[in-house]
Parts: sequence; C-alpha cells; structure tokens
Amino acid sequence: MTEATHLRDAHGPFFGATDSFTGFGGRFVPESLIATLDELTAEFEKARVDPSFASELAALHRDYTGRPSLLTRADRFGQHAGGATIYLKREDLNHTGSHKINNVLGQALIAKRLGKTRLIAETGAGQHGVATATAAALFGMECVIYMGEVDTERQALNVARMRLLGAEVVAVTSGSRTLKDAINEGMRDWVANTKTTHYLMGTVAGPHPFPEMVREFHRIIGEEAREQILVAEGRLPDAVVACVGGGSNAIGIFHAFLDDPSVALIGCEAAGLGIETDKHAATLNKGTLGVLHGAKCLMLQDADGQTIESHSISAGLDYPGVGPEHAWLKSIGRVDYRAVTDAEAMDAFRLLCRTEGIIPAIE
Amino acid sequence: MLAEKAARLGVEQTIRANAEAGRGTLIGYLPIGFPDLDTSVEAAIAIVRAGVDVLELGIPYSDPVMDGPVIQRATTAALEGGFHVRYVFDAVRRITSAVSAPVLTMTYFNPVLQYGVSEFARDFAAAGGAGVITPDLIPDEAGEWLAASDEAGLERVFLASPTSNDGRLEMIARLSRGFVYVVSTMGITGARHEVDQAARTLVSRLRAVTDRPLCVGIGISTPEQVSDVNSYADGAIVGSALVSALADGGVAGVTEVAAALAAGRFAGGSHAEGIQVG
Repeated sequence: MTEATHLRDAHGPFFGATDSFTGFGGRFVPESLIATLDELTAEFEKARVDPSFASELAALHRDYTGRPSLLTRADRFGQHAGGATIYLKREDLNHTGSHKINNVLGQALIAKRLGKTRLIAETGAGQHGVATATAAALFGMECVIYMGEVDTERQALNVARMRLLGAEVVAVTSGSRTLKDAINEGMRDWVANTKTTHYLMGTVAGPHPFPEMVREFHRIIGEEAREQILVAEGRLPDAVVACVGGGSNAIGIFHAFLDDPSVALIGCEAAGLGIETDKHAATLNKGTLGVLHGAKCLMLQDADGQTIESHSISAGLDYPGVGPEHAWLKSIGRVDYRAVTDAEAMDAFRLLCRTEGIIPAIE
Repeated sequence: MLAEKAARLGVEQTIRANAEAGRGTLIGYLPIGFPDLDTSVEAAIAIVRAGVDVLELGIPYSDPVMDGPVIQRATTAALEGGFHVRYVFDAVRRITSAVSAPVLTMTYFNPVLQYGVSEFARDFAAAGGAGVITPDLIPDEAGEWLAASDEAGLERVFLASPTSNDGRLEMIARLSRGFVYVVSTMGITGARHEVDQAARTLVSRLRAVTDRPLCVGIGISTPEQVSDVNSYADGAIVGSALVSALADGGVAGVTEVAAALAAGRFAGGSHAEGIQVG
C-alpha cells in the first residue's frame, strides 16, 4: 500500500489554505480573519517542530491531564458482542472528563505564544467549553464560551462548571440556537477581537489550520492506544471504532492506524431517529458537499444550501457538518462510516454501565 | 424599457459618473424576502427613488457569520417566511424594470455553490444583475467563481480588511470588478457611532495599489458618516440602518432614512485623493 504511506505523513494529509488538494477544507471565511489564521498557522508550524513546546505539552499531559489514559479490557461487555475482545480507550479518565482537553491545552499554549489574553470557544454538550474554561483558568486567561440556548438548557450542569471555572457563558439565541449557531457567534466575536483573542475551535472542522492542528493535538489518543494494544495483545486490533460528530476523537484514534491496512476503521455517526427520517446528524452518510463554518466538507443542507438542523440524543454529536479529513477518508474508502440510532446508542450505553461498571457519555 | 436598458450603467460606471458629477456614491443594502418578497422589492425600488445609487440585495442564509443582530433577524425572518434562492432573479427583474440603478447581490458562498457557480452567475446576469459581493469567499478560493463571473460579465466585489497585508490588498484589488469593499473596522455588520480611522488608512493603502473605486462598509449608519466616508473614498455602504428602518417603519420608514443618507453624498464630492475622473 504505497499510497497509504502518505495517509499518516507527519504533516499530511494536506488540508491547507485552499481546498484544491483534497477537494475538502480550505478557508471560506471573511477576509478579516485571514491575517489571524495566517499568524496561527505560522505559530503552529513553529511549535510542532519545537522541542520545548513538545516537552511543555508532554508535562501538562502527564501532570495535569493524567495521560496516558488507560486501555481497559471489557470482557463482560464483549460477551454481549459475540465474544469479541474489546478494549476501551479511556479518554473519560482525563482531567475534565473527555478527550477535549488534549486539543485545548495544545491550542492554549499556542495562544500564549501568540500573546493572546482571551480564549473563546463554542460548545455543544459542554465538554469542550469546560475544557477551554479549565485551560483559561490554568493559564490566567479571560474566557468566553458560546453555547446554543437549547444546549445550555439540556446541559445545565456543564454551564455551572464553566462558570465555576471563571468563564462567561453566552447563550446563543440566533438561528437554531444549537452548536452550529454557537460557532457562528464565536466567529463573529473573533472577527472583532483578533488582536487579543484566540478562537479555540473544539473539533477538526473550521478553516485551515484548525482541522490539521486539532488532529495534531489529538493524535496522542491513537499513538497511545496502538502501543498499549501491542503490549496487551501482541498484535494490532481487527478494528477501531469511534464516534463522529465533528470528528475530533475519531481522527485522534484513527490517525495512528491509517497505514495499518489490516485494521478496519469504523466511524459511528448519529442516526438520531433513523437516517430515513429528517431527525439525524448522519453527515457522512446523508450529507452533500458544501461550505460550512469556513471549510468545504460534507454537510446537511437543503437544495438552496441552507444548513439543515441536525438531531441526536447526544448533544456532542448534534452537528450538521463534519471535519474535512473525515469527508476525505470516506472518499478514499479508508474509513467505514456507519450510522447508529439514538435507541441503539442508549442500549449500548446501558449495557456498558451494567456489564463493566463504566458510565460513558452517550456519544 | 429598451432605452432604459441601454442606458443602464454598471456599478463601477455609476461610481465614476458620480465622481465626475462631483459627488460620492451611496450603496444601500436590503435583504430579499424581508419582511416578505413583495415588500422587499417595493422597498428596494423606493430607496433608489430616494437617492440610493447602487442596490445591494442580500440573499438570506442560515449561517451569516459576517452579519450582526439586525441583519440576522431580518434574514432569519425571510428564511422562516419561505425564501428561496431563485427568488433573487425575479426580484432583480422587477427592480431593474422599475429603476435604473445597478443591482448587486451580497451572498455567502454556499447558496451559490449549491445553485451551481456558473448557473448562478448566468441566471443573475440574465435577470439584469450587475454584480456580486462575496463576504466569505476570498480570492484564494475563488477559481471557479472568477471564471464564472467573467464569463457572465458580472462585476465581482471582494472585501479588503484593515489586517490584510499589502500582497493581499494587491490581489483583492486586481481581482475585484466594480469596486473594492473596504471593511471599515474589525467586526461584523451593525451601526457604530464612529467609523474607524482604520478605514481611512486602508483606503490610502489601497489607493497605492489600484485605481479601482473603493467603497467603505460596516458600521455606517448616519448621513454624517456617509458624508465623511465620501470625503476620502468613492462610496459608502449602508446596511443595518436601512434594515432597521424597514423593520420599524415599513417602506415609508426606509424611504425616509434612505433620503437622509443620500443627502450625505454631496458633502464629500470633491475629494482630492479619489479615483481619477474624466
């Protein structure tokens, strides 16, 4: 698989400042953001090859986040899956309770290097907002989190956590009042405040360099998992399964296995009430090519190009777009993207609780 | 009708003709379909008759990242009222058959992409449209659009920002037709008390690399600001102030505001550093 050796090139695949290489990604944003995106790209490129950046981030991972996260064998759960040997990569055990902290710490360090004093972010379920508020507290930065009004109601506990951490939480009342509108509002804030502010995008979507940068900071999930499974089993897994909303944790774990042709990669997106209904968030299965939040990607839209509201029982997957790299991995057939309904996800959620004593996120 | 069609000037020609006549240009924005399609067409015609030189018709879009609350509210209402992108062509036909001002549309890129880039350019030109402003399409990503707009003979307006470097300003001006949209301040649409000094600086930086007309937008809402902008640039773009007036006072209200804004064009007519006329 000579072509596959390019998949996991340290700097690739290329999702650069224009969409011309893969047909996905690029920068579909107001001109006012270009200078700051260029500045961010330059600092990120410097940081990724700077040993002092790597060691600062590694120390935070070890002493603050609690990495490496565990790989837990789930035998009783596996018995319910036809006897498969299943391991869980325990990103839930990270400080703040999700994988989001990996990316947040990386970007916050970059923001600090750029002399920014204020972090803003969107959040859906609240995990990314909590992680961003955490980093802002740790680094002594001001923090504003944009959250759709609908989500502030269904995720009230996380709103309280963000406020405890010192962040201002803005309930977004425009559009559909969910994650996509929170991103719009974050971008509006950023356009007006680029001098002081870093927009800490929480997923592998958005304009270049976000898809590549967020992937870079979550790559550690798959690198750890690959090493851990080789120690535990002496072999690579047959398959790696991850949920996909915007797709940051999935990219994080898939990336290390892209060039292992024996490893099937399976992305599960939210089928909501079913992909045959209009209540789902199955962007990769049902979406079409369009521009959303600064990147060309697959998205849920009507014939006029208006974004269609997504639906998922999981606020973290309730997003009508997806990262451009997932659209590309689908187009080349490397990842098999499947849709899982709310009901199926809830069944699996309950099963994991009762067989393993682990209460996961619904995602 | 035929005579009027033959006499219709493009956007750049209109701006230059105004400069030659010793006055500035007022570009007025209204979204199509707000508060409903017929009223939006009626309002557009009315503001031209009140003195707006160039119309900028907004295509309502679900994710308008460059727009502030006033325009967001109006375009959301238009979408809830059942707006479709194809309505723009009918609206332009109706407007251009009533008044001779050139008509631009301001649209985010995804509706154009879904309609078909060359199909959109072709149909908009066929309806009598003069050109298109693309707030979230930078020249770097515009390959297909450059070809399609050239093919259809449309004027093509890109935005220049205070933070754009000199190389980008040169590219933006070189690839723009009609005028360059000078973003007055870092931020989104909406009335502001003071238009930044940044606009003046950006205009003079652009003058150094282009003789394209330069029109300033974002935050301009009063006749005094229109006058001030026209003292150093070639036109002023007003959006939210007109949309507010339409929302609050209907066609009569927006007509009154447009007439007041249009009076601001005259004060700054003889700017020394402006485009070369004659």
